[in-house]
Amino acid sequence: MVAAPDVPRASSDALLNAQPAPKSRNMGQIIRWLVLFFGGILMVMPIAYMISTSLKWPHEVYNVNLIPEEPTIENYTFVLEDGRFYWWFVNSIIIATITTISNLLFDSLVGYTLCKFRFPGRTIVFIAILSTLMIPTEMLVIPWYLMSQSFGWLDSYWGIMFPGMMTAFGTFLMKQFFESVPDDFIEAARIDGLNELQIWWTVAMPLVKPALAALAIFVFLGNWTAFLWPLIVTNSVDMYTIPVGLSGFGDEADVAWELIMTGAAISTIPTLVVFLIFQRFIIRGVVMAGLKG
Amino acid sequence: MYRNLTIRQKQIVWAWGFLALPVIFYVVIRFYPTGNAIVISFQNWNLLGDRTWAGLENYKKLWNDPVFWKVFQNTFLYLLIGTPLSLILSFVIAYHLDKLRFMHGFLRMLYFLPFMTSAVAMAWVWRWFYQDVPIGLFNNILAGFGIPQIAFLQSTTNALPSVLAPAVWAGLGFQVIIFMAGIRAIPTSYYEAAKIDGVGWWTVLTQITLPLLRPTIVFIVVFSSIGFLRIFDHVFNMTTNNPGGPLNSTKPLVLMIYDTAFNGFDMGYAAAQTVVLFTILLVVSLIQLRLLRSN
Repeated sequence: MVAAPDVPRASSDALLNAQPAPKSRNMGQIIRWLVLFFGGILMVMPIAYMISTSLKWPHEVYNVNLIPEEPTIENYTFVLEDGRFYWWFVNSIIIATITTISNLLFDSLVGYTLCKFRFPGRTIVFIAILSTLMIPTEMLVIPWYLMSQSFGWLDSYWGIMFPGMMTAFGTFLMKQFFESVPDDFIEAARIDGLNELQIWWTVAMPLVKPALAALAIFVFLGNWTAFLWPLIVTNSVDMYTIPVGLSGFGDEADVAWELIMTGAAISTIPTLVVFLIFQRFIIRGVVMAGLKG
Repeated sequence: MYRNLTIRQKQIVWAWGFLALPVIFYVVIRFYPTGNAIVISFQNWNLLGDRTWAGLENYKKLWNDPVFWKVFQNTFLYLLIGTPLSLILSFVIAYHLDKLRFMHGFLRMLYFLPFMTSAVAMAWVWRWFYQDVPIGLFNNILAGFGIPQIAFLQSTTNALPSVLAPAVWAGLGFQVIIFMAGIRAIPTSYYEAAKIDGVGWWTVLTQITLPLLRPTIVFIVVFSSIGFLRIFDHVFNMTTNNPGGPLNSTKPLVLMIYDTAFNGFDMGYAAAQTVVLFTILLVVSLIQLRLLRSN
């Protein structure tokens, strides 16, 4: 999996670089590198300034220097002692985790069934699920709200989570990846006396682990940053997710930008850290999901 | 009973057993609400009183609502500026990044990092950047060069591009990664042939690279267009004191829907707007697919 995309690269590298390199070509490469390097630094500047400002005392916020003169974690202490961010953080973790697990199970089960079983109604179910990709969430929020109201789901974890428990994107992604699981494996497991549920879980699932990881990243990130629906369905401050909480907090903090930046940093740092640890893996997942999904 | 079934029949039982819960989910949480939204769009309802049939009244009201046309224009401005801008930027970055080996992974990380951030958090960061002197970073930098400050978010002409900037910024890394994967998937034999024929880089780019990247370009255009047409998080958070302002100059359709439904409680009118949004997304995607896929 890792090596595959690099194979054609190796020969094109030879084409582009391993020739008697003329001086101008080297110069060109250096300029290209420098431009891209400074472009990349500019790209991360908003994140850098967010973190830098969250470590500044209020009087220094108006300074454009990136490195705080006297770094302080006072803002973090203040924001976290307030208690609300703590709850929003916990809410977001719980919601994103449960939704991710649900998607991993159901999207892969449905994807597997549509891929490996032949049964009446298969095409219809597949097309029906695929067609929901065309329906924008924004069209559904009003009916979802009415539904939540009549079932008493407003302002609850379930209310925030239920629309995203399964996704057509995930189902389609998993179906694509189950195509690569040989039918012989499944047939062999059947002869060994495993039932279909066992075959899915013990034979097929371990073979699509990279796809499951890619899906997990997308679903988790999507739910961690989700804003519109949680904004609609939650009323009480205790039920807010981080983005909803941060939005209200920003208004309330008014001109205390160091506190707003601290809140923003608290909501962003976890995903950044996860990314920095699993960088290669996540980028590979994004490419897989983007190209196959 | 189950024992007496043939292998094929057992398979059918298992398949539908696996699909039972998901099928209920898709019917109840996706299809029913879609139909429901369309039905509500033909009704008058303020959540408290009775639902009454309104026929096409909501749609007529929308047609005659000057705010809607302003919003319609804004929504397409987000699309028409955002999509080409991010397409060109991400292609240029990917094209050049692909040719570099030295610290390649590090550079790629710099460009991708913004994709991992939350739109709400970054909207607030950019909002701070846009503040007047002595608060905002951009105006402070401008002031450092002696340039008069710019009213980013307060001006009706500057506000929309200012709100759009962080949305383009955050999505760029994803598109760069997809473009690089696309560029790498092009068989090197094409380049070798071009090399033998001695054609220049511009010809290689326009005659080989870009045509072979067509599927990647189609994907990115459709994907990012849908994103820009549905822009909400950035606008809402950068203009919380006056959502969609100043003077509705940044208000996109999704914000109008949110306002109508959850501040005005005019559910029928809001539902009609969602149906319009759905139609726009469908039409734009279909047109793009047709234009970009043909020949």
